[in-house]
Amino acid sequence: MKERLLELKAEALEKVANAGGVKELQQVKVEYLGKKGPITEVLRGMGKLSAEQRPLIGQMANDVRSDISSAIESKQATLEEAALEKQLEEEKIDVTLPGRPIHAGGRHILTSILEEIEDLFIGMGFAVAEGPEVEQDYYNFEALNLPKGHPARDMQDSFYITEEILMRTHTSPVQARTMTNNEGKGPVKIICPGKVYRRDTDDATHSHQFTQVEGLLVDENVRMSDLKGVLNVFAKQMFGEDREIRLRPSFFPFTEPSVEMDISCKVCAGEGCSVCKGTGWIEILGGGMVHPNVLEMAGYDSKKYTGFAFGMGAERIAMLKYGIDDIRHFYTNDVRFLNQFHKA
Amino acid sequence: MYVSLNWLKQYVDVQGLSPEVLAEKITKSGIEVEGIESFGTYVDHLVVGHVEQCEQHPNADKLNVCQVNVGEEMLQIVCGASNVEAGQKVVVAKPGAVLPGNFKIKKAKLRGEISSGMICSLQELGVDAKYVPKEVEDGIFVLPEDSEVGADANTLLNLGDVILELGLTPNRSDALSMIGVAYEVAAILDTSLELPNEEVTIVNEKADDAISVDVQCPELTPYYGAFVVRNIQVGPSPLWMRNYLTASGIRPINNVVDITNYILLEYGQPLHAFDYDRLNSKQIVVRTAKEGEVLRTLDDEVRTLSSQQLVITNGEKPIALAGVMGGADSEVINDTTTILLESAYFQPQTVRTTSKHHGLRSESSARFEKGVDPDRVKRAGVRACQLLSMYAGGEVLDGVVEFDQLQYEEKEVTFSTSYMNRVLGTTISNEEIQDILRKLKFEYTLDGETFTVTVPTRRQDITIVEDMVEEVARMYGYDNLPLTLPEGSSQAGGLSRYQYVRRTVRNYLEGAGLSEAITYSLTTAERANLLTPVDFAEMQLQPVSLAMPMSEEHSHLRLSMLPELLASASYNVARKQQQVALYEIGSVYVSEESTLTKQPDELERLAGVLTGNWLTHLWQQEKKQVDFFVVKGIMEGLFATLDLSEQVCYRPAKIQGMHPGQTAEVVVNGSAIGHFGQVHPTLQKQYDLKQAFVFDLNLQKLIDQVSREENYTAIPRYPSVSRDIALVVDEVVQAGDLQQTIMETGQPLVQHAIVFDVYQGEHLQAGKKSIAFSLRYLDPTRTLTDEEVETAHNRILDQVKERYQAELRG
Repeated sequence: MKERLLELKAEALEKVANAGGVKELQQVKVEYLGKKGPITEVLRGMGKLSAEQRPLIGQMANDVRSDISSAIESKQATLEEAALEKQLEEEKIDVTLPGRPIHAGGRHILTSILEEIEDLFIGMGFAVAEGPEVEQDYYNFEALNLPKGHPARDMQDSFYITEEILMRTHTSPVQARTMTNNEGKGPVKIICPGKVYRRDTDDATHSHQFTQVEGLLVDENVRMSDLKGVLNVFAKQMFGEDREIRLRPSFFPFTEPSVEMDISCKVCAGEGCSVCKGTGWIEILGGGMVHPNVLEMAGYDSKKYTGFAFGMGAERIAMLKYGIDDIRHFYTNDVRFLNQFHKA
Repeated sequence: MYVSLNWLKQYVDVQGLSPEVLAEKITKSGIEVEGIESFGTYVDHLVVGHVEQCEQHPNADKLNVCQVNVGEEMLQIVCGASNVEAGQKVVVAKPGAVLPGNFKIKKAKLRGEISSGMICSLQELGVDAKYVPKEVEDGIFVLPEDSEVGADANTLLNLGDVILELGLTPNRSDALSMIGVAYEVAAILDTSLELPNEEVTIVNEKADDAISVDVQCPELTPYYGAFVVRNIQVGPSPLWMRNYLTASGIRPINNVVDITNYILLEYGQPLHAFDYDRLNSKQIVVRTAKEGEVLRTLDDEVRTLSSQQLVITNGEKPIALAGVMGGADSEVINDTTTILLESAYFQPQTVRTTSKHHGLRSESSARFEKGVDPDRVKRAGVRACQLLSMYAGGEVLDGVVEFDQLQYEEKEVTFSTSYMNRVLGTTISNEEIQDILRKLKFEYTLDGETFTVTVPTRRQDITIVEDMVEEVARMYGYDNLPLTLPEGSSQAGGLSRYQYVRRTVRNYLEGAGLSEAITYSLTTAERANLLTPVDFAEMQLQPVSLAMPMSEEHSHLRLSMLPELLASASYNVARKQQQVALYEIGSVYVSEESTLTKQPDELERLAGVLTGNWLTHLWQQEKKQVDFFVVKGIMEGLFATLDLSEQVCYRPAKIQGMHPGQTAEVVVNGSAIGHFGQVHPTLQKQYDLKQAFVFDLNLQKLIDQVSREENYTAIPRYPSVSRDIALVVDEVVQAGDLQQTIMETGQPLVQHAIVFDVYQGEHLQAGKKSIAFSLRYLDPTRTLTDEEVETAHNRILDQVKERYQAELRG
């Protein structure tokens, strides 16, 4: 009997080892461990054994059963694993195929530039001030030291609606308005972005509508060196730490002294090229110390208060930063243009 | 202003600086050098030649064979110019010379004849064609007879001179003259200045016997001086003068005109020479024109004058538009022998008005408009007489016949060193300021630290302390100003609430797939009346138009951004872009006045256009066109982002320009703030668009509704129960009404009722539709029982049945 059990065990283990699939393994299980299987049969014949032999054989039969059973379980696990692997292999996909697109839009490049400048000056304690695009002659010109008949009004031919109302030619009237509203008290610390309009025929470098952003600081003891310091911070952050800045004397009716700021040309690094017309410098903005007439007209005591102001064109900055060659692109809204500036 | 360096060097020593370095110094001190150009090209082996012999080429009709004496040798040169003649002094490029364009001159045979060089035209030497005198435009340049054979022709022709192009700001009209520029350069380089002398030999005959001057409007002509010069021989001016004029961008004409132009450039004082004999009178009367009076000006235009314009007359009729242009009838011509030279001070505004009125901007008007240096008016006339006697054989009559009420005095500006330093942020000393004033040649007195500066009349731009601050700062050097940051009181900066929420709106829309567009605010009259916002419906709007538009395209202020946005969409579709989704935030300009007496209201709106594909066809997704519900989804998402979902409802709307069945107006807290939907097919067609969907909201009203209060709602701790119902109703019943009834009736347990299916078709009776809702019941304080849900659910079913005859779908 003992031999029979060992024989059965060897036979069963061999079949388990050879089983090629779960089904076959089940058959082995039924065949050897089932109620009608040979081991059960051996156990049934145990009645003929002696009392000493009986538990031994019983024990042995149980061991054989358990050995076969665990062999089957282990084989089962191996087979299942193989089957899963096979299935997963069949589920393989081409991971190089494109994903389901999430189509995000984005800001217009001019808005991005304005927001970048706004945020930069917000960091220095400035507020963002906005004002009307259809302006009174008074705020657009007169309050900015440009009385009627002033030769500098020629510099900016304007779209008038009536004799007293026009499309603003710069964002400076927002400065005049903000100062007036502040009733002669300091500080006034604002950045003014917005649309402006001039009588120009649209071409690659002219646009009857464009975008300006200006800054104004009026307080006691504002110095020209402060203007230089603030513009220096601005230029380095906006265009890169490696860019040099240069201030040149200039003229605007609303500032005295007046400055224009150049940054070193990115293309040639100051060597001189076609982008900077051989000078190595690119003009970025104009500014200066607020003219005492402007302060006085807005209700400030120009003996006590001084201030600086500066302004620039957003299109120009975008054109320089990205090498855009035609100002009309900003207003054509070609999606092939707009979609280029969605990256952060 | 073009400045010839060779000319400038007559007044000031530029210390051997290269043009680039000099230009940089000038730019940094306040006058921008916008360009540096070379006048012609300096050419080696370029000499003066004398054409001894000139014969026709034996083998070529149009060529001549010339024997040219170039000093140490005689060269045979084949020349194709039609104006070459024996006896001329010409410009010869000898073998070895290289002309502009890398054209190398070599000894060669031309049709069998040896040619050892080239006789040159000015263009061949790199001189811009517009500066070449008319008579030699098509030929070689003939030098004056007294030119020395064999001498360097570069010097004679001023070749290789450098021209600085100055971009003058309106305040620096002092630099509209060579002397003005010389003062500036002398100050920058701290060097001395050599100014022309104004000595003139006169004949013993009084000018006031020849002419009288009567000024009838002294306020417009505070000074008028008339010089008389007789025995003039009109001819070419000296070559050096022609060179300088040419380099300055003025074409030489004859010695008389050239001398007046030369003085205009040298002194900044415009002069005018009349042919004395053609004045037909012995008097000059300056007055305003009579209405409708005519004058034929030098450019041969007949101009009708008005009473705001100042004219010079011969006592009878106008002979010149004061300060702008002379008349043709008294123009200096070849046989003019006596001239009357005018040197005057005209009031800037009158010259400006007249020149603007006639569209005549001349070198002369440009200077008068800015105000010439009162101290130089008469001196310039004297200097011109000097040159007329030197270069036109003129005899100057004794005296200047003048009207003189020109009152000017040098202004005084007082400032202290500490004020200067406080404004500039510097620590400049008294000595440094003194040094700057010395360089500028400004006189001053110093008392302690208080400077009183006497501003010379040439610098009319300096009137107040701040002007002197700039003057000191620019000479001190903007480069030398320290970098500081403002130290004053601080304020809370940052964005306003409105600006902050507006950025949130942008972020949402961009995340939802829309790109920001910017369109023009000025549009056509037609578009200004198109798609007017629904929330303006009750206003009597008048589109605002420009007084003088540049074009019809941009003549009216928009009342809606949609017409231009649709044009942008159309532009993209025409360029085969299949996915167009744009939004814009911008102002519209609202007025009810037919003639504006005040500014229009500017209201900021949010608008957008979507057309073409929403989803493109790809390997893993079907194409989906934009439709009403894509736009509505974007709108709903926007209101959810702003936490306004509860306050918003949608109503079908009929709006001009919109599809009558696919347009909804957006109602927030009871008032319409905008609309969205499909554009009317007729309008779509006008824009060459198939299906275009738009939205237009009053952004200000929308943002005004956004609450700052944001309360946290606890996450439910008890399970919710879901129930679906399909309701069969008449097809006219709106889903929104059913949903509202469900939500109202289901309070407080129903959390949401979402439409998950809409069916209409063969399985239903005609005229009926089925709308399926998924409802969620929840009590945040405990677990709901089936009975409670059942009760609420039945109540809902009763209500929808009662209100809308809704039946549960079997």
